[in-house]
Amino acid sequence: MAAPILRCARPGRCWSLDYRPRRSRALFAEPVPGRVRGQSSAAAQEPRPGAHEWAAVVGLEIHAQISSNSKLFSGSQVTFLAPPNSLVSFFDASLPGTLPVLNRRCVEAAVMTGLALNCTVNKKSLFDRKHYFYADLPAGYQITQQRLPIAVNGSLTYSLGVGAQWSPSATKTVRIKQIQLEQDSGKSLHDDTRSQTLIDLNRAEGQLRVDANVSVHHPGEPLGVRTEVKNLNSIRFLAKAIDYEIQRQIEELQNGGKILNETRAFDEKLGCTVSMRDKEGKQDYRFMPEPNLPPLILYDAESLPVAADPQQVVNIDWIRERLPELPSVTRGRLVEQYGILPEHSFVLLNEDGLLEFFQTVMKETRAEPKKVIGWILTIFLGYLKQRNLAVSESPLSPSSLAELLNLLDSKVISLPAAKQVFEELWQNQGKTPGQIIREKKLELLQNQEELEEICQAVLAKHPQQVMAVKNGNQKVVNKLIGIVRRATGGRADPGRIKQILEKQLQ
Amino acid sequence: MLKGYIPPYNATVVQKLLDQGAVLLGKTNLDEFAMGSGSTDGIFGPVRNPWSYSKQYREKRKQSHHRADEDSNWLITGGSSGGSAAAVSAFTCFAALGSDTGGSTRNPAALCGLVGLKPTYGLVSRYGLIPLVNSMDVPGILTRCVDDAAIVLGVLAGHDPKDSTTTQDPVGPFILPILRDVSKLCIGIPKEYNVPELSSEMQAFWSKAADLFASKGAKVVEVSLPHTSYSIVCYHVLCTAEVASNMARFDGLEYGHRCNVNVSTEAMYAATRREGFNDVVRGRILSGNFFLLRENYDDYFVKAQKVRRLIANDFVKVFNSGVDVLLTPTTLSDAVPYLEFIKEDNRTRSAQDDIFTQSVNMAGLPAVNVPMALSSQGLPVGLQLIGRAFSDQQLLTVAKWFEEQVQFPVIQLQELVDNCPTFSQHEKLGLVSLKR
Repeated sequence: MAAPILRCARPGRCWSLDYRPRRSRALFAEPVPGRVRGQSSAAAQEPRPGAHEWAAVVGLEIHAQISSNSKLFSGSQVTFLAPPNSLVSFFDASLPGTLPVLNRRCVEAAVMTGLALNCTVNKKSLFDRKHYFYADLPAGYQITQQRLPIAVNGSLTYSLGVGAQWSPSATKTVRIKQIQLEQDSGKSLHDDTRSQTLIDLNRAEGQLRVDANVSVHHPGEPLGVRTEVKNLNSIRFLAKAIDYEIQRQIEELQNGGKILNETRAFDEKLGCTVSMRDKEGKQDYRFMPEPNLPPLILYDAESLPVAADPQQVVNIDWIRERLPELPSVTRGRLVEQYGILPEHSFVLLNEDGLLEFFQTVMKETRAEPKKVIGWILTIFLGYLKQRNLAVSESPLSPSSLAELLNLLDSKVISLPAAKQVFEELWQNQGKTPGQIIREKKLELLQNQEELEEICQAVLAKHPQQVMAVKNGNQKVVNKLIGIVRRATGGRADPGRIKQILEKQLQ
Repeated sequence: MLKGYIPPYNATVVQKLLDQGAVLLGKTNLDEFAMGSGSTDGIFGPVRNPWSYSKQYREKRKQSHHRADEDSNWLITGGSSGGSAAAVSAFTCFAALGSDTGGSTRNPAALCGLVGLKPTYGLVSRYGLIPLVNSMDVPGILTRCVDDAAIVLGVLAGHDPKDSTTTQDPVGPFILPILRDVSKLCIGIPKEYNVPELSSEMQAFWSKAADLFASKGAKVVEVSLPHTSYSIVCYHVLCTAEVASNMARFDGLEYGHRCNVNVSTEAMYAATRREGFNDVVRGRILSGNFFLLRENYDDYFVKAQKVRRLIANDFVKVFNSGVDVLLTPTTLSDAVPYLEFIKEDNRTRSAQDDIFTQSVNMAGLPAVNVPMALSSQGLPVGLQLIGRAFSDQQLLTVAKWFEEQVQFPVIQLQELVDNCPTFSQHEKLGLVSLKR
C-alpha cells in the first residue's frame, strides 16, 4: 500500500467534481464530441427515422503506478511479485503515531509527466485526506491531491486510426484536466468459499487502471447524465466498455428511459457493463487537508533560493531539460530516418524494448529498413505474442536476426528458407543462422545449370500442365513453380524459377 | 482499543532520550486518547493527584474541620497527561513526557505544582505520538524545575526527517542564562483572559505575579487578543474533525482490539469501534464527521480555520507591538476533588478548563506553566507564560527567573511514606529525598 499513483483526468465541460464511491473521480469531456454511431464492436443501432444524431462524451480517470524504488509516503520498497504483506512498513499498516514522508522521486515523476503532457506545473500543491472505510485502506483514508494538484491544464495530441490504417492527418487533441499524486491502496482477494477477504498491503493490482465516464446527448443540447465504469485494466476492455455503454445509453434513452448517475462494472465475459449500485447511496468522502504534509513547493530557475540544498528542492526547469525525447518526436524521427510508415512507428514505440531491438538490428544489417520492419513487426512480434513473451524474453538476439537478414539480402537463402531458419533460431538458441543453414542445407540453389535441369525434369514429368500453359492458362505456371520448389527442397528462389520456366515453356 | 498493543517502534522523542542514557521507568495513565482535562476517563481508572496526600493539603483540611485522612475525596491531577504529572510530582522520576493539544501538559502541571512545557509546534518531532489533532499536538515535558525542562528540551528539539512538520532550521542550544535584569522585558496581560469563571484566588495570584514583574523593573502592559471568545468553538470544530479522521484507522484489522463479529467487514468495524472507544471518543468522532460532511465543510471546518488564523494573528500582533512574553492563568482554580469533577461531562469540563491554554495550540506557540504558590487549600497554583514561535529558550529563561522569585515549596509526602504500612523501614530510608 502507499505505492505512488499518478492520476490524469480530463476536464468536463460543465460537470462539477463530485464525490463518488471508491477511487473514482470524475470528469471530462472531449473538446470535440465525436459523432458516434455504429461502433465496431457493438451492434450498430440505427436511429429511428426522424431521431436526432447522438454525440457521446467520454472522460477518463487513469491510475498509473509510478516506477520508483519506494512508496509515495513510506520507505517500503516497491517490488513486483513479492510475497503478500512483505513490503509493509509501520506507516503502510497505519500503526498509530506514524507519519507520511513525501518521496522525492515520485514528485519528479509527476512533474515529468506534467511537462510531457503540456501541463502547467503548480509551484504549490496540497495534499488531502479522502475518507472511506474499506479493508484494503488501513488508515481509513487515502492521501491524495484534491484541492490543488501538482499539474493542471495539459493536452495530448494523438492520431486516429480507422481499422488498420493510420491517417496522420486525422490528429486530435484531448485535454488533460489535472495530474495528482495519490496513495495506492492494498489489494483484496475475495475468498468466497470461506466467506473471507484476504488483504495484501504491498500494493494494489495492476500498473494501470482506468475509470471511464460516459454520457450521451444530442448535439446542441446539454450534456447527458453520466455513468462511471470502473476498474478497467486493459485498453481493449476499456474500448469495449465505452462502446457498450454508449450504445446502452442511446438505446435506453431512445426507449424513453433515463440514465442514472451511477457506477458500473464491466463484465469481461459478457462484454457488457453492469450496475454496481451501492446500498448506502452516495458516499461523502469528507475531504480534509492532510495536516502532516506541508504544501509541496516546487521551484524553477527563477524562483530557486540561492542557498538551496539541491537535495531538498525540486527544480522544474532542471527536470524539463532532462526530459527524454517524447514519443511523438521519436516517431517522427523514425519515419524520417528509416522511411517507415507512421503506423509502424507506433508499434515500435508501444511495445517495450521493440524500438531498441529494431535499432540494434538496423545497425548490424545491410537490409532495407522496410524489409527489417516487416520482419520485426510481423514475424518477430508475431512469435512473441503467440507465446506471450516480452521483447526482453526473446530467445532470438537482434544480432542473430541481423545476420539472418543479411543472408537473405545477399540471396544466400530464399524467403521461405529464412522463415525456417527463424523458427530454428527461436528453438535452438545456441546456433547461428549460418550454422543452421549449413546443417539443414538451406542455401539457395544458385547454380543456373542445376536449376535449369530441375526445371526441365519437372516440365517433362508434367506434360498436361505444360499444355495448359501453352494454351494460355497462366495460373498453372504458379503450380509448376511450386513443384519445382518442392523438388529443390525449397532452396530455389521462386522468382528465378519462374524466369527459367517461362523461358523453357516458350 | 489499544489494549495489549505493544508498539514495534520507539517514538523519536523516546529514542532521543534513550540515546542520551535515560532510563525508562514506565508508562503512565491518561485520559483515553488524550481527550479530557481530568485524567479521569482512562480504561485503567482515574489518576489521583499526589497533593491529595500532601502534608500541606491535609493540614489545611484539618483546619477547615474536614477529616484529614479521608481517602474518598482525593483530588484530580488535571489532564489529559495526568499520569505523567502525578509521576513527576510524587518524585518517582526525573521527568515525564506528555502531550499537549489544548493544554494537556500545562493543565496537570498547574494542578500538580510542576513545570509543564508546551514547545513551539514543529520544534519537537511528533513521530510516534498517537495523534489527536495533528496540526496542534506537541509532545509535552513535565519536570519539577525549569532547568530540568530545558535539559529535556535540548535533547528532544530539532528536525526529524520522519516528521515533515518539524522545522528544518537549526535549533538550540537550550542552556538558560540567569536573568538578572528584567527591565528590558515587556510582559503582556491579555485582558480577555480575565473571565468570570476565574476564581478570585487565581485572579489574585495573577495580579501578584504581574506586580512582581513590575516591581523588578519589567514593563507590564495590558494587551488585547480580541478573538479569544471564539477560540473554544473554533477548537471544538477543528479538534473533532481531526479526531474523526485520525481515529478512522482503528478498525481492529491490523492491530489492537478486534471484536468477535465476523459477519461482514462493516459489521466487524462497527462492533470493534463501539467496543474499543469510550463515549468521549465516539462523541468527538461523530461531531467531527458531521463538520466534515460536504454540505457542512465550508460552514464549519473552513470557517473555523479562518477564525484560527485570526486567533493566531492576534498573538502575532501583540508580539510585534513589543511584548516579549504573555502572562496568564493556566487553570481556573486549583485542583478539585474527583467526585466534584465528574459531576459534569467530559466535553463540558474540557471546554471550561482549556480556556487559557488552547489558543496557544491553535497558534502553535510555546507556553509553559510555572508553579507559583500554594492556594488557601494548600494546593499548587501555577501561571502560564506564552512566547512567540521558536522563542522557547527565551521563554524558559523568563520562566526560570520567575521560578527563582516565587520559590514554590516542595511537596511534603514524607508523612504519607512514614505512615504507609506497605513500605518497610529500610525502603523508606532508601526513598529519594524529597528535598530539592
